[in-house]
Amino acid sequence: MLQTLWIKAWIGLFILGLVVAPFATDPYVVYLINLSCVATVAALGLNLLTGFTGQISLGHAAFFAIGAYCTAILSSEFGMPYWLCLPASGFFAAFTGLLLGIPCLRLKGLYLAMATMSFGVVVEYVVITWEGVTKGVRGIGIPTPKVFGYPLDSNEKLYYFLLAVTAIAVVAATNLVRTRIGRAFIAIRDRDIAAEVMGVNLTKYKVMAFAIGSFYAGVAGGLYAYLMHYIHPEHFTFLLSVQYLAMIIVGGLGSILGSVFGAVFITIIPEFIKGLADLLTLAIPALQDKYDDGWNIAAFGLLIMLFLIFEPKGLFGIWIRVKTCFKNWPYTY
Amino acid sequence: MDKGLLFFMQLLASGIALGCLYAMIALGFVLILKATDILNFAQGEVIMMAAFICYFLVTALHLPFLLAVLLTCLSVGLMGIVTERVILRPMIGEPVFAVVMVTIGLSIFLRSLAGIIFGHTNLVFPSPFPKETVSMGGVILSQTQIWIMISTLGLIVIFFLFFKYSRIGLAMRGTADDQHIALLMGISVKRVFALIWGISFITGAIAGIFLANVMVINLGISFVAVSAFPAIILGGLESIPGAIIGGIAIGVIENLAGGYLDQIIGGGVKDVTPFVVLFLILMVRPYGLFGKKEIERV
Repeated sequence: MLQTLWIKAWIGLFILGLVVAPFATDPYVVYLINLSCVATVAALGLNLLTGFTGQISLGHAAFFAIGAYCTAILSSEFGMPYWLCLPASGFFAAFTGLLLGIPCLRLKGLYLAMATMSFGVVVEYVVITWEGVTKGVRGIGIPTPKVFGYPLDSNEKLYYFLLAVTAIAVVAATNLVRTRIGRAFIAIRDRDIAAEVMGVNLTKYKVMAFAIGSFYAGVAGGLYAYLMHYIHPEHFTFLLSVQYLAMIIVGGLGSILGSVFGAVFITIIPEFIKGLADLLTLAIPALQDKYDDGWNIAAFGLLIMLFLIFEPKGLFGIWIRVKTCFKNWPYTY
Repeated sequence: MDKGLLFFMQLLASGIALGCLYAMIALGFVLILKATDILNFAQGEVIMMAAFICYFLVTALHLPFLLAVLLTCLSVGLMGIVTERVILRPMIGEPVFAVVMVTIGLSIFLRSLAGIIFGHTNLVFPSPFPKETVSMGGVILSQTQIWIMISTLGLIVIFFLFFKYSRIGLAMRGTADDQHIALLMGISVKRVFALIWGISFITGAIAGIFLANVMVINLGISFVAVSAFPAIILGGLESIPGAIIGGIAIGVIENLAGGYLDQIIGGGVKDVTPFVVLFLILMVRPYGLFGKKEIERV
């Protein structure tokens, strides 16, 4: 990774930029970066499951919700610290991922998409109806996490915490796909029968992919709970699952860097659309006050379609093209 | 008739009416699946669009109901052909995942577009069917429900005749069977694909207009199509009779579960039952009742 001096310099500069970011920008930007961090962790999980192992999941929001509720309940009811809550959320989500993964072993493609989607619907229903535990539509408030007795009570303070967790998640995922397990995932995606013939234990690795993917989603859910201070069933609908899929498609399927690109891109795109809507309002006064969340969602839909039709490798593909273009200059062709 | 039995019969009858709606929606899915191997996740949004279009034709332009239905079907059918041409044709030869995701993208795009154009208020369709209910041996059904059953039956007959006797219907069956051989026999596969999308959208439009009559019109209508997924899985993904039988079965199961379990567990059971059933079918018999059994041992 750190082959040349140039790359070292660039990475150093990038890390420095991230460290000073909260001082250089306004709180809203910090909040957006925080949201991107949470989205990155969740998108990494989905990319490991869908992009690397090829198991379509339309129920990622369900694991995210499980993680968020786990952290919320453990920290608000039992007063547990963050370093217990987050792993607990991850492992609990991974456990449910195992439970879903085992019956889904035989399913592929469309069938798997439908099974995971119905799992998402069932979890949403449970979260709303099981009021004794989840408090239903009233939602749960989450106390401020304390790191070594130091409360993370503002977005700037949470920023470093989230950044650290995200960095660990990214490094872990990068290393995971290089190991035996990662290779097995990719083999299953490319051709499961061939993988089995080559000696890859399909049962083991498919279930493992489900567990790891949901572990990431669970941790992301926990982070989200800390970031928002309040969670509500409405945060975890089918639309959120689609949003994560949009992230990995726009970013690049089967690419760690792509998951990061996609997560950041999808998180900040509403801001651009808002700006665009403001410009449109200037031009067409009839559109005054017409902007709402629907515009963002329409944009997600449009982005998914456009990327799949015109740039199936996603932002990561564009990144590679630009990079080779610079590398080969002046012999670009 | 004693009271318990009457309650059961009532649930059964309204379940069949609901199931006919599911069957119509499921038909829309299965037609596309059979011919092109694409599961169109945007079918729900087609249904919603049709409901909105028909509503505005009837209320804003004051057209008579039947003319409005005809115009809705035409415009939605055209939308289907355009969708196939613009969005799905570039995806030919891409992996299943990509194609599924394109239709999901289309679905959330259309839904939020409808939100922007038509707003988020609940609209009530001025029903053309008389309000009086019909009682058959104590079982009460509304006239809308009876018309739903009649229309579903009509659609089944039309599709049966269409696929059995018409030239283009035969071409469609040929294409569904084997695209390459169909192409060699001189069938324009592209045209068949475009037409099948049009026909499937029209089926969705009819379901949408009926749905508009039985519930309020808002963006939520599109989720009814998601509840029809269990129907197509139960029937086997690629079987037209399967879609109809599966639809009716899911409607009845949902209604019975709602009628009996809601009292025990508390509200909302009706909405999740189809998904629990879907999950169970996928575990036990993933190819459904009439589906192709693909044997692949890994």
